[in-house]
Amino acid sequence: MTDILDPPKLKVVGTRPIRPDGVDKVTGRAQYGADLVMPGMLVGRIKRSAHAHAKIVSIDTKKARALAGVKAVITAEDLPNLGSEEYEAGEGGGDLRDLSLNVMARSKVLYEGHAVAAVAATSAAVAEAALDLIEIKYEVLPHVIEVEAAMAPGAPVLHANMFTQGLPEKATKPSNIARVNKLGRGNLDEGFAEADVVMSGRYTTQGVHQGYIEPHACVASFSEDGQSTVWSSSQGQFMVRTYCSKLLDLDVADIRVIPAEIGGGFGGKTTVYLEPLALALSRQAGHPVKLVMTRDEVFRATGPTSGAVMEVKLGAKNDGTITAADIVLKYQAGAFAGSPVGAGSMTAVACYNIPNVAITGYDVVTNTPKVAAYRAPGAPIAAFAIESAIDELARKLDMDPIEIRLKNGVADGMKAVYGPTYTNIGYLETVEAIKNHPHYAAPLGPNQGRGLAVGFWFNIGGESTGAVHINDDGSATVVTANPDIGGSRASMGMMAAEVLGLPVELVRPVVGDTTAIGFSGLTGGSRTTFATGMAVTRAAEKVVEDMKRRAALTWDVPVEQVAWENGAAVCLDASKDVKPLSLKAIAGRSGRTGGPISAEVSLTAQGAGPGFAVHLCDVEIDRETGHVTIVRYTAAQDVGRAIHPSYVEGQIQGGVAQGVGWALNEEYVYDADGRMENAGFLDYRVPVASDLPMIEAIMIEVPNPRHPFGAKGVGEVPIVPPLAAVANAVRGALGVRMCDLPLSPPKIRAVIDAQAG
Amino acid sequence: MSKLHITTTVNDDPAEFLTDPSTTLLDALRDNLGLTGAKEGCGSGDCGACSVMVDGRLVCACLVLAAEAEGRRIETIEGMAQGGTLHPLQQKFLEHAALQCGFCTPGLLVAAKALLAENPDPTETEVRYWLAGNLCRCTGYDKVVRAVIDAAAEMRQVRRAS
Repeated sequence: MTDILDPPKLKVVGTRPIRPDGVDKVTGRAQYGADLVMPGMLVGRIKRSAHAHAKIVSIDTKKARALAGVKAVITAEDLPNLGSEEYEAGEGGGDLRDLSLNVMARSKVLYEGHAVAAVAATSAAVAEAALDLIEIKYEVLPHVIEVEAAMAPGAPVLHANMFTQGLPEKATKPSNIARVNKLGRGNLDEGFAEADVVMSGRYTTQGVHQGYIEPHACVASFSEDGQSTVWSSSQGQFMVRTYCSKLLDLDVADIRVIPAEIGGGFGGKTTVYLEPLALALSRQAGHPVKLVMTRDEVFRATGPTSGAVMEVKLGAKNDGTITAADIVLKYQAGAFAGSPVGAGSMTAVACYNIPNVAITGYDVVTNTPKVAAYRAPGAPIAAFAIESAIDELARKLDMDPIEIRLKNGVADGMKAVYGPTYTNIGYLETVEAIKNHPHYAAPLGPNQGRGLAVGFWFNIGGESTGAVHINDDGSATVVTANPDIGGSRASMGMMAAEVLGLPVELVRPVVGDTTAIGFSGLTGGSRTTFATGMAVTRAAEKVVEDMKRRAALTWDVPVEQVAWENGAAVCLDASKDVKPLSLKAIAGRSGRTGGPISAEVSLTAQGAGPGFAVHLCDVEIDRETGHVTIVRYTAAQDVGRAIHPSYVEGQIQGGVAQGVGWALNEEYVYDADGRMENAGFLDYRVPVASDLPMIEAIMIEVPNPRHPFGAKGVGEVPIVPPLAAVANAVRGALGVRMCDLPLSPPKIRAVIDAQAG
Repeated sequence: MSKLHITTTVNDDPAEFLTDPSTTLLDALRDNLGLTGAKEGCGSGDCGACSVMVDGRLVCACLVLAAEAEGRRIETIEGMAQGGTLHPLQQKFLEHAALQCGFCTPGLLVAAKALLAENPDPTETEVRYWLAGNLCRCTGYDKVVRAVIDAAAEMRQVRRAS
């Protein structure tokens, strides 16, 4: 194995080359989901529910079918009526029946925007006219949006067959609480008895959307022989293939999924909405069908992540030692079970070594779109509550907020509440980096406050395949199956180049379709650079072994006498008077030395190192308008080893920006009928360039020995601390703790008005 | 409904197409002319992913009717690199890693070019306010703003030298 944990030896890893797909993306060449055109292609549109909760009494599609130019009309009747079956996929997982019912409602609509029917026609105008001709009779039912309202006795029940799982006794009545999960250790009573100081708080967050700029889009073509091709923008072409196969009862081998470029996902494209419908429409129409969502549809029918209500009680000794944490998390799941409350529970106190902990999580269905993964799913929500509470605890103890985190922080050898014992973690180093940063001691101006918060995310490994092909001119092609959502082609090419000893420009990384490369889990869980990078590295190493073997044969020496240095085979047998054989020379003769030089490696990557982030945020409050400005932001993170530092910094900066939006502006707003009132970027306001300062990203490198280059996942943990970092800064500036996100101007003004008396 | 015959100029080349009166310039560019570099992120002028220039003015192509292109000069991302050479903004976006998914990038580049045509030496704040109509969800804007400021500096140098 290449000795690659030794940075001075690295030539490519850790540098900042231009990404291989960059030119396509700055010239408009790159093809995203909506950019593909097929001969004979039809335009699809989806009919969506205008009601938050209703029985579907009848659907009459006759008039729509009769309209000239309409080629297909489908409802749930055109899809298999699936039974309940659990599935696993990357960060998600759930029940296939639920997934099918989310893609197309059957007998009941569960949220405004729920798909009820779909059409394909020769033009958008005809398709839209056809939607208007579909007659649907509803029996409107009472609805429920807020999580605690959905948990209350007498709440409208979404699913008559939902009985709460995880209770000590079997539930006898249907409920919107899908599951109660408990996690903990020690003895809470003893922990609080030891405490000198106890604080408790109640915290709420609203539903927020991933807000990728590219709406969901796909083209599907179903052939008369039963074979089909899907082009789509998703976080995993194999995920799309699996779901299309399951939801339409098609053979996996009959479906080929070709990944388009993906215009952002953040977890929101780890599931399907359109692809099975486009396939079903194409099957009926006999033509390819394109389906593209509008922004309105994206807001009403995809994503978001949970709104939540959380209660936190902490106990600590006067010296700052936290003795007990009692935490209750109630998360909206949307229309079907499966909120990220489990991950919220597991991450809640993962940065702290607390002996006595009880965490209770409630997964609660509501008449809102089924939540989808959103960057470190569940963790930012819980961290908002915990980190706000820790901040208050530090204030009660008159302790520096960074000292309480150092004193109670986790280190190697400590056992996390959620199970594993930490190894090779860089949490305390990351806290120290912020403590020693000039930002921490910089003076604050009037109406300014400073907030600190920390965050944890597991990161995952999982199934990945990588292939390396040596071309006969001495260049290389790297194939993976992970959509490049933020620069992963660059990191794949760099890792391969490092092993091969080639300049990175001679390595061309591509993202293959489901027939071009072995199975890979989706791009998510911060797994691609770790797991797929491992597969690519192993494939490159296999190729190097092959080239060494060929050199050994050429020189007539044992392969042990051949080393690979700087992209060439070097003979270690001093008795042989031979010059090194370069990769190019070996590649050029491959036809005569055993044929193509190529390797594909499939593996299940274990040992993803968890990510820790420590963020420091300064805000300034305009007391007249209630507007909060982020004036300075510093984010430190243990990244293991940065393969391409610029794209690691980019992940950190992007996570911060999303977290700031979550903290200050973003929320799903519903009217009394359960209809979303702000389903557009004007009213659902994500941060714009003028809302943010430069975001200083500090990369702490505590290598992960389970990865060939020491990498840890980096994409998700940066969104975990910002909600609380901002809220803690606002607490400092206002002198009042605000516990209800977003900290929008009206809420800030209300505090200022109350202060004025 | 009869279609309108539109004659226009796109990236310095003559272009013509037939369009319904209600079709947007964005749809005409993408569907009629095959120029898919301008993206639809919202269709309501809020995200800037469809930014193009019409007679030298920065617009959201989703808010302009295709028929309004008649007799005008349209510039899109596809015309930004000239003769096989990237525009300094494109090059600086690459060097600064100012894109992640790349979906908003064409719009950001067109908007940034318009800024530098008007203000060759913008401050960070000026860049941030000018680009406030272009949403990017991936980068947090840090590297985007740096790339624009760096490109502006390089373009000023080139201008002085020439």
